[in-house]
Amino acid sequence: MSDLVIDVSGLTKRYGDKTAVDRLDMQVKRGEIYGFLGPNGSGKTTSIRMMCGLLTPDAGEGHTLGYDVVRESAAIKREVGYMTQRFGLYEDLSIRENLDFIGRMYGIDNRRRRVTDALDRLGLAERQKQLAGSLSGGWKQRLALAACMLHTPRLLLLDEPTAGVDPKARRDFWDEIHKLSSEGVTVLVSTHYMDEAERCHRLGYIAYGKLLATGTPDSLIEQSALTTWTIEGEQASQLGDKLEYLPGVDMVTRFGNSLHVSGTDADRLAATLAPWYDQPGLRFSRGKPVLEDVFIHLMQQSADSYAQS
Amino acid sequence: MRRAELFSWGRLLAVMLKEFLQLRRDRLTFAMMIGIPIIQLTLFGFAINGDPKALPTVVIAHEQGPFTRSLVAALANTGYFRIVCNDCGDDEADRMLARGEAQFAVTIPAGFERGVIRGEQPALLVEADATDPSATGNAIAALQQLAGSALRHDLTGPLSQHQPTPPPFDLRIQRLYNPEGITQYNIVPGLTGVILTMTMIMMTALGVTREIERGTLENLLATPVRPLEVMVGKIAPYILIGYVQVSVILIAARYLFTVPFVGSLPLLLACVLLFIAANLTVGITISSVARNQTQAMQMTFFFFLPSMLLSGFMFPFRGMPEWAQVIGNVLPLTHFLHLIRGVMLKGNHLPDLWPHIWPLLLFILVVMSIGLKRFRQTLD
Repeated sequence: MSDLVIDVSGLTKRYGDKTAVDRLDMQVKRGEIYGFLGPNGSGKTTSIRMMCGLLTPDAGEGHTLGYDVVRESAAIKREVGYMTQRFGLYEDLSIRENLDFIGRMYGIDNRRRRVTDALDRLGLAERQKQLAGSLSGGWKQRLALAACMLHTPRLLLLDEPTAGVDPKARRDFWDEIHKLSSEGVTVLVSTHYMDEAERCHRLGYIAYGKLLATGTPDSLIEQSALTTWTIEGEQASQLGDKLEYLPGVDMVTRFGNSLHVSGTDADRLAATLAPWYDQPGLRFSRGKPVLEDVFIHLMQQSADSYAQS
Repeated sequence: MRRAELFSWGRLLAVMLKEFLQLRRDRLTFAMMIGIPIIQLTLFGFAINGDPKALPTVVIAHEQGPFTRSLVAALANTGYFRIVCNDCGDDEADRMLARGEAQFAVTIPAGFERGVIRGEQPALLVEADATDPSATGNAIAALQQLAGSALRHDLTGPLSQHQPTPPPFDLRIQRLYNPEGITQYNIVPGLTGVILTMTMIMMTALGVTREIERGTLENLLATPVRPLEVMVGKIAPYILIGYVQVSVILIAARYLFTVPFVGSLPLLLACVLLFIAANLTVGITISSVARNQTQAMQMTFFFFLPSMLLSGFMFPFRGMPEWAQVIGNVLPLTHFLHLIRGVMLKGNHLPDLWPHIWPLLLFILVVMSIGLKRFRQTLD
């Protein structure tokens, strides 16, 4: 088998006259954590569903785990763990009953023992009789992960697994993902969080159904050719309003007491900022953009080109 | 500072506007609100008739003669009787009554004409299928009248002396299966069908839609599960619940309403299984079409309404016009009513029941395949 766990090309899905996913090409290597990023409604969920055989693409082809995504969806489902965006387990079943049910669906052997192991690993052994609906968001998400890992899939598809989960739980979750990855499980994860994107091996950025950029986090920053100035000081946010539409300024991002001002044309940007350099109470420093700047820039560009087309 | 208002017309208006907006978006509810009055109006206005006419009648004539002909003509002239067999054998007549193909059997005895002429008041036997007393009541009343007038034209001239003061023959009416014409005998078995229809369809209709609404369906479909497994797996538990309901009703029928049970219990339970299965397929099909639980409830009601009105449960089936009978014959409840009344009251056996069994089998087959097709293996 080739080293590509996901290898799709030209995947297209239309709903009426709206194209949700437009000729998507994507390759994910074995053991990799691939971050799938993009604004809401950009086609992340639809793409994931096509890759795991839940949706039939209108055009395009590809393989997941070596199985054809159109013809062999049943085989894909058996070997993929898919965690849905919404909590997909039964809130009116207990934690153990849920895991038992999923175990039966995949027909795993030694079900009882493996469910018990999963409960121990989760630290939920004591609460196994509690209803899943009574768990907090972080615990639900860990339970859902345990459920889709129960049949030891080689590929995990996680659709915004950490939405609405507190930072500590998110960190624990990602430690778990890295552990799985080091054991050879391939992970495709969609997210909106930049700190999570930085924890991925590779990223793909999708907007309006098109995959716009791929690469490691660092290479994406390089590719963007953005220059970002950080301006600190109490009056920084007022300055932001003035800078917004000046030449060379592509993007202004406000933080509490600082600004990120970015542009692709470094010289023009520097020239535009020059008049304020010496203003007291403001400190200027020129640097590299962070991942968030890059993505917001990508989002703006794609919005512009979409509006033109 | 402004005082907090206790009541604001502006806010009231805002809530009302919001309701109208939501109502307009919810097309199905809107269609139901327009559709149900139209359907009810059509059904009650045109389809339902508490005074059924043209009831199928068989004549067993042991004698052919002018009196027999007059009698048969008089029967037909009342409008209540439609002669489906003019010269039936006893066995055939019995079979047709048992199957419900005929509502009445009229036996003209040998020597009837001579008896009348001699003023012996011969007996004329009319057997009526009285399982549904409301269907036969008016026809029987018309029969009583007929006794006085049917032969008026034949008994003229020298025979006019025989013009009745006492009627020329002795009309003997036998109400078969339900001699006292007790309504409960008809209603209680029928209720079994109505209750099963309501609960079975509703429970399963909510089944898949609940999973869609709670977001568990996507997770379920991502597992290797097949559509048939989901459908049958969701249906099966309700078969058990259906049997519990039937047991409760049958026990109540026996001890509370003293409805007779002359047929075979295992046969009835087999019919019940068929009927439950038919309803469950409807439920599961609804649930794969409906987008949420509210829609599922509305569609259930949409199916339930004609089932109540057109099956012969509330109103005599034979009173309905042709088109309504056609619709009625599609509904599982119509056939189940024949089955359960047939077994409980008439003691029917399988061959008698078959005309109402195959339509149920066909119904299950057709609806199940629609449901399977609609049930989305994939989410698209």
